[in-house]
Amino acid sequence: MIASQLRSMWLVFRHLFSRNATVEYPDEKPYLAPRYRGRIVLTRDPDGDERCVACNLCAVACPPDCISLQKTEDEDGRWRPEYFRINFSRCIMCGLCEDACPTYAIQLTPDFEMCEYDRQNMVYEKEDLLISGPGKYHDYSFYRVAGMSISGKDKGEAVNEAEPVDVRSLNL
Amino acid sequence: MSTTVWVSLANIFGVLGAAVLLAALLTWGERRLLGFWQDRPGPNRVGPFGLFQVVADMIKLFFKEDFIPRFADRPVFILAPTIVMASMLLGFAVIPVAPMVGVIDLNVGLLFFLAMSSMAVYSVILGAYASNNKYALLGGLRAAAQTVSYEVFMGLSLMGVVMMAGSFNLREIVLAQQGGWFILPQAIGFLVFFIAGIAESHRLPFDLPEAEHELTAGFHTEYSSMKFGMFFVGEYLSVILISALVTTLFLGGWLGPWLPPVVWFFLKTGFLVMIFVLLRAAIPRPRYDQLMQFGWKIMLPLALANLLATGGVLLWLG
Repeated sequence: MIASQLRSMWLVFRHLFSRNATVEYPDEKPYLAPRYRGRIVLTRDPDGDERCVACNLCAVACPPDCISLQKTEDEDGRWRPEYFRINFSRCIMCGLCEDACPTYAIQLTPDFEMCEYDRQNMVYEKEDLLISGPGKYHDYSFYRVAGMSISGKDKGEAVNEAEPVDVRSLNL
Repeated sequence: MSTTVWVSLANIFGVLGAAVLLAALLTWGERRLLGFWQDRPGPNRVGPFGLFQVVADMIKLFFKEDFIPRFADRPVFILAPTIVMASMLLGFAVIPVAPMVGVIDLNVGLLFFLAMSSMAVYSVILGAYASNNKYALLGGLRAAAQTVSYEVFMGLSLMGVVMMAGSFNLREIVLAQQGGWFILPQAIGFLVFFIAGIAESHRLPFDLPEAEHELTAGFHTEYSSMKFGMFFVGEYLSVILISALVTTLFLGGWLGPWLPPVVWFFLKTGFLVMIFVLLRAAIPRPRYDQLMQFGWKIMLPLALANLLATGGVLLWLG
């Protein structure tokens, strides 16, 4: 028994000469992977248009219900959010919204330094969330590949899309 | 005034001031050491190496609300923390730091130390009783039983040293070690005294009076602000006091080659303080009945056997 006590004292003492596991954070920034799940942004497609089509899938997937948005439709037929609001004081940075998004619009970034003195400042509006670039997916544009008709692109004109067929004309 | 008065005044303020200062610094030193042993830096943000953490903690303690519960026994509640500080500082009075350095040269120095270290238990018991709180009371009960049990063989373990030196005077005990430190012939006495010393100062692994996982904070549950600070500093003072005494009794006090005597004394004491912290870092707390069994069934017989053997050998050598 005494031997084991002395041994544990010796083993603890040896840690005096081992390296610290601590990363002294504000002085020493840790490396964050490009796909680190941090602050959420809304991206734009390569043409500079908003990618978000206001489908609400992110808001449904969100476990703490911190995303809130309202759909509106442009004259050219494109859907977009009228407002898009994320309450970051609730957000748990789980990334389920990013997984749910069908258009790569909502993405998580390697940034977590978002402290505020006022709780209300943690609520980000669409203007605060939108960035100018396409984020992690450079060439993707939803309307270019989707079979949805908007002005200037009718059904069947998207990339890899065949002309629509009227099934009634298939009668023998 | 004559020079002797000035010399003794300088000794009083020097030794007691250094004791309090070192006890305060030990709060930082212990956290740093514990940090290193747990592979982390410990407090290193305030000042060079985090040294001013002590000052920051002191300011924090002073500005905290000094709360006295309505149900507490007010005068006793206020008196209790002062007792531990006072008795520990009085204990430092007999420590011979170096030739010419030391507050007082008592013929019964060792007995005086034992008396003072037993006085400290009043602080814990009265504080616990005056808090009128069940956690505090349980902590106080444990402290009383633990201190009384370990006090018994704490005194007995020192009798071997007293027999070999032929004196209760701490200076003469140091001088009697010129032929060789007492840790070799009195190895058992050293171990028993060191373990009793840990129990006396309520340090881990024997900190059952304030075992935080079962008694919240034990006897000082109701204490806040500088009253808690005094219990805190009192604990560190007693760590240094026990280390200084072990140095004096078993490690030859200030004796040592090349370096000046004061440096030797501080080096040896510092090493023992480090052992105290290492024990805290490495050893888990025993159960309360294990603590009592260990004291009465192992340590007491060991101390008595050591006493008997030392007496026999000394008689045989004539």
